Amino acid sequence: MKPPPFDYARCDSMDEALSLLAEHGEEARVIAGGQSLMAMLNMRLLRPSVLVDIAELDELNYINDSSGWVEIGATTTQAVLESWPGLNSRLPLVAAAIPHIGHFQTRNRGTICGSLCHADPSSELPLCLAALGGEVVLRSRRRKRVLNAKEFQVGMLTTAKQDDEIMVAARYPAAQRGFGYAFRELSRRHGDFAIVALAGVAGGGKIRLGVGGLAEAPMVREWDDHLKDEDLADALNDFAWELRGSDDIHATARYRREMVRRLGKKVIDEARRCAS
Amino acid sequence: MSLEQSSATTAKARVPYVGQRVLRVENPPLLKGRGQFIDDLPVKTGTLHAAFLRSPHAHAEIVSIDTSAARARPGVRAVVTGQDIAALTDPLIVGFATAMEYRGIAVDRVRYVGEPVAVVCASDRYLAEDALDDIRVEYRPLPAIVDPVAAAGPNAPVLHPGVGSNVLSYREFRHGDTAKAFAEAKRQHEITISYPRNSITPMEGYAVIAEHLATGGYDVYSNFQGPFSLHPVMARALRVPGSQLRHRSPANSGGSFGSKLALFPYIVVLCIAARIAGRPVKWIEDRLEHLAAASSAPNRVTRIAAAYDDAGVVGALRLTHWDDHGAYLRAPMPAPIYRMHGLSTNAYGIKNVDVFTHILVTNKCPTGAVRGFGGPQLYFAVERMMHAIAVELGLDPLEIIHRNLIPEGSFPYRTPAGALIDSGDYQRVIAETVREGKLDELKATRERARREGRLYGIGYAVAVEPSQSNMGYISMLKTGIERERAGQKDGAVACATINIDPLGAISVVGDSVPQGQGHQTALAQIVADQLGVRIEDVVVNLETDTQKDGWSIAAGNYSCRFAPAAASAVHIAAVRLREKLARIAASSLNVPADRVDFGGGKVFARDNPANAQSLHRVAGQAHWSPAGLPDGMAPGLRESVTWSAPELTATTANDEINTSLAYGFGFDFCGVEIDRETGEIRIDKYVTSHDCGTILNPGLADGQIHGSFAAAIGASLYEEFAYADDGSFLSGTFADYLVATAPEMPKLNVLHPVQSPSPFTRLGAKGIAEGNQYSTPVCLANAVADALGRSDITIPLKPARVLEWITPDEPAAARATARSETQTAQGAASMLNGKGSVVVPASPEEVWAGLLDETRLKAALPGCRELKRVGENAFKAVVFLGVGPVRGQFAADVFLCDLDEPRSAVLKGNLSGALGATSGTGHLSLTPVKEGCRLDYNYDVHVSGRVAMIAGRMLDGAARHLIGAFFRDFARTLARTLPQQAPGFSWSDRLRRLIGMKR
Repeated sequence: MKPPPFDYARCDSMDEALSLLAEHGEEARVIAGGQSLMAMLNMRLLRPSVLVDIAELDELNYINDSSGWVEIGATTTQAVLESWPGLNSRLPLVAAAIPHIGHFQTRNRGTICGSLCHADPSSELPLCLAALGGEVVLRSRRRKRVLNAKEFQVGMLTTAKQDDEIMVAARYPAAQRGFGYAFRELSRRHGDFAIVALAGVAGGGKIRLGVGGLAEAPMVREWDDHLKDEDLADALNDFAWELRGSDDIHATARYRREMVRRLGKKVIDEARRCAS
Repeated sequence: MSLEQSSATTAKARVPYVGQRVLRVENPPLLKGRGQFIDDLPVKTGTLHAAFLRSPHAHAEIVSIDTSAARARPGVRAVVTGQDIAALTDPLIVGFATAMEYRGIAVDRVRYVGEPVAVVCASDRYLAEDALDDIRVEYRPLPAIVDPVAAAGPNAPVLHPGVGSNVLSYREFRHGDTAKAFAEAKRQHEITISYPRNSITPMEGYAVIAEHLATGGYDVYSNFQGPFSLHPVMARALRVPGSQLRHRSPANSGGSFGSKLALFPYIVVLCIAARIAGRPVKWIEDRLEHLAAASSAPNRVTRIAAAYDDAGVVGALRLTHWDDHGAYLRAPMPAPIYRMHGLSTNAYGIKNVDVFTHILVTNKCPTGAVRGFGGPQLYFAVERMMHAIAVELGLDPLEIIHRNLIPEGSFPYRTPAGALIDSGDYQRVIAETVREGKLDELKATRERARREGRLYGIGYAVAVEPSQSNMGYISMLKTGIERERAGQKDGAVACATINIDPLGAISVVGDSVPQGQGHQTALAQIVADQLGVRIEDVVVNLETDTQKDGWSIAAGNYSCRFAPAAASAVHIAAVRLREKLARIAASSLNVPADRVDFGGGKVFARDNPANAQSLHRVAGQAHWSPAGLPDGMAPGLRESVTWSAPELTATTANDEINTSLAYGFGFDFCGVEIDRETGEIRIDKYVTSHDCGTILNPGLADGQIHGSFAAAIGASLYEEFAYADDGSFLSGTFADYLVATAPEMPKLNVLHPVQSPSPFTRLGAKGIAEGNQYSTPVCLANAVADALGRSDITIPLKPARVLEWITPDEPAAARATARSETQTAQGAASMLNGKGSVVVPASPEEVWAGLLDETRLKAALPGCRELKRVGENAFKAVVFLGVGPVRGQFAADVFLCDLDEPRSAVLKGNLSGALGATSGTGHLSLTPVKEGCRLDYNYDVHVSGRVAMIAGRMLDGAARHLIGAFFRDFARTLARTLPQQAPGFSWSDRLRRLIGMKR
């Protein structure tokens, strides 16, 4: 469990980081908290030639609460967001999800944007981004662009971020008046990778359910809120089958679908209750 | 109560330390980070660091190994293969003659994922691991077998051709007249249980520093735990006398729970590596290595039948075990099954028992000791059976337990299989536990829960807890006649030395090789009591050195050996020194030696404590004035004791064996609630009580109970070394091998209602470290059985498994569309299969030609860097593949067969690389459609090695993604090479858009 050789650059400026990425392309990896990356390096699943460390770029360490959005800089850790005073009122869904992300030790180093870039299909923060319809801000030497969650989240461990880009910020839509949010996760032990994670949003006459842990990336469905219970049950069942899920040693695909059917309804109901 | 209490200096006998909750003397260095673990020890200049290349295959022949590129890398001093080891060693022997050969490293065949194949010795671990990638091994995969019952069957692939069968040993033991009891019984019941593979994983893994000396001998530092019966096994394998294999263990070892027994094969391999490299070699095992390839308890299938009457009194048991030891049997395996043999009837007065044991091999990691050592497997079967009998008769399971318990007042009690249970009062333990633990309240809780429609159950389990193993039981592998020929084995020798120096300072050495249990504290308590000094005046050093210390084959830390054996030996030595000091002091105190007492650092006349001498003055006399000692007394103050309990007798001709010296007793009950929606289990209440005889230190005892309970919660709910049917290993990290951690722990109520001292151990103490390993898994399983009214309960109790017990059927999709995805996949963990289709804008003939065309195939294979034809329809390729950033280079062998031009073909291939190995079969069919040709595919892929070990939860999705990408790329590539279509002919454009060439 020793990583293969790589060069390490601790960047003092955004320009330096972007130049290194432009120079090394797919051979470079950005590191901020390193909570997934270091384990993967030690297990030699990755073999980058350069690690570009952006952790000391203070300009990326911020939480910006603007009118409709909470924008979180690339080096802001999960622990910082967890203790941000506005979290419960502005991002109630994220507030409910954060305790499920690993353990407090990993949250002390792990970053929001790092988790989004890593794109583990079971991760909580990508699921919240998808369920809320958030955005990410990508920068390279060539350009700056903004992608919505759907455009960004391409698949398993795969995003639309180009090799020369850094995700400089994530933007989570702030809670809206009259909307309710709920989160539920099932894992074998607290802090384990989710077997199923569910994010519910209710409001504006719609109900929305995001599901992690089944498909290659978080998936979201939206329905009219006045759907009858049996129609919602059918819709959840269809959604579960579309997500399909896989068997692994912790749970069967069937169990994962079952949890979408059973807990999906509960999460939606809880979101509805919070909305009223 | 703590150390302060001991500072009294009056010459009076005070409250003995033994029995008190004395704080651990081990704690200060550990809590300050000043422990001395192997990796902290200095090494000699030039010491190399080892890294192991390990098999990605469960079963394969090694066709060739090319180490030249690895040897040429910077910093690499030697690359050692199994052939190199085989040339310089003999196989590691086991307790009976067998054609199975085991050397700790694969020689011409690999038999489990993670098996060592080569060792790189380099100037640091990083360079050593870098070089592993440059070792080229060509494997020829063989079919693997993982199911123990199937492995014993006639059609299973055989792991060791020389043996000719996967069953290395089969023995039938008959105690009493079981056949008659079954023939006459009114009732019979049979169940089959399957106990999973698990271990208890220590914080510190294996660690070895090995040196080949100029004398030809070997000098080894390791955290090997014993039993030291393995020392002769290692010396024989290394072809040196035992005196030339010096083994030392450090002051601290970071836990073991049995696992560090199985590091001895690594000692042999690394000794030879050091010899070949000409330098000392150090190896620190990492977590991936530990989980895949260190050790495991044997998994076991047991068919158990009981003959009983209408009252539920059991007349006989019949047990047939399939005990799965993985790829090799290594000494002292299969000890767990025989260690428990005498206790095949657990705590019950059952008179007749037959035991049939298959000791067998499968394509899994070899086994070793794990806390519980055969007990969890056995008692899971026996206690599930007692529960099942209660269900059959409609009685309370505790009532069935009561009706069958060994009667009070019948100790020492000889079980039919030979155990001599030394002492106990099982009825009283249960009665007091039921009362103190408030079982009646728990029953009311269950009633209430059930009335509310909740799933709530109560479970019970009893367990006899053996301690200090009889070295004789391993010869159970042999028949009575074979044993007679080979010479009997019995006893269990313990060694200890106490020294008192000229200033009266006391030091103790022993053979217990602790890994954190607090042995130093307990031994200091015993010695301080005998010699009347403060506990801090006794220094206990439990490092071992086989060239300098007293040891015998039973030395080490296993099978609850400490309290009965190590503590007894130290106690005997302390008593002898006390008697010697009393004789020395008697003349100057002018009292008879038997009227001399010890306390407050003084030796004094019992009847007149003012008549006293300091201990150091009396001790000094033995060193400074040997001539002044009583007649015939040896000079100095050093007592070395070598002790073996006479009750540990040899196996009888009829295979009865007193497998252990002392036997404690445990009784547990619990209440669990199961969530109907999710299948999750909540332990509402857990009560455990233990009678372990004299308790040396309640703090240490409770620490062991809580630790054992935590490990048992892991075994019951979470932990399993999972293997796919093809032998792929699927739980290679702590994200998949789930250890119970603090948040998972329910509240544990610990009771010690009764203390029945052992008449056979010096202090009356019995082992206590393993009790909940025995009782907790089956107690929880019985509670789940009670909650669900179900008999077939398998652990670990995963929510997905439990939910299927509650809700067997899944609702179908409401709308057909939801299920009719173009591609579906189902993965049984590492065996993945799925199907899909793509439409190619070309005729079937054109597609067919593309499949067989080197250039087009190369262009179509994603990540293909080289491709050459090596035979008719056979190709070799180098491909760069992966998902997201996880990518690696693989060597691929691909060939096409069953060709039915241009309709169908079968594509077979193997890939291997640093990330692992896969083999797969794809069925392709080509159907002409309006738009060109539809290519349907379905696949079966086996994935093995690193990726399967550490990323199992993503494998299915990754395979689907990669295979889908392969055929999409293939379709795209073909489309790109198509001749230009005539103007106005628009379907190909439409199709190109469809398959993603244009957005």
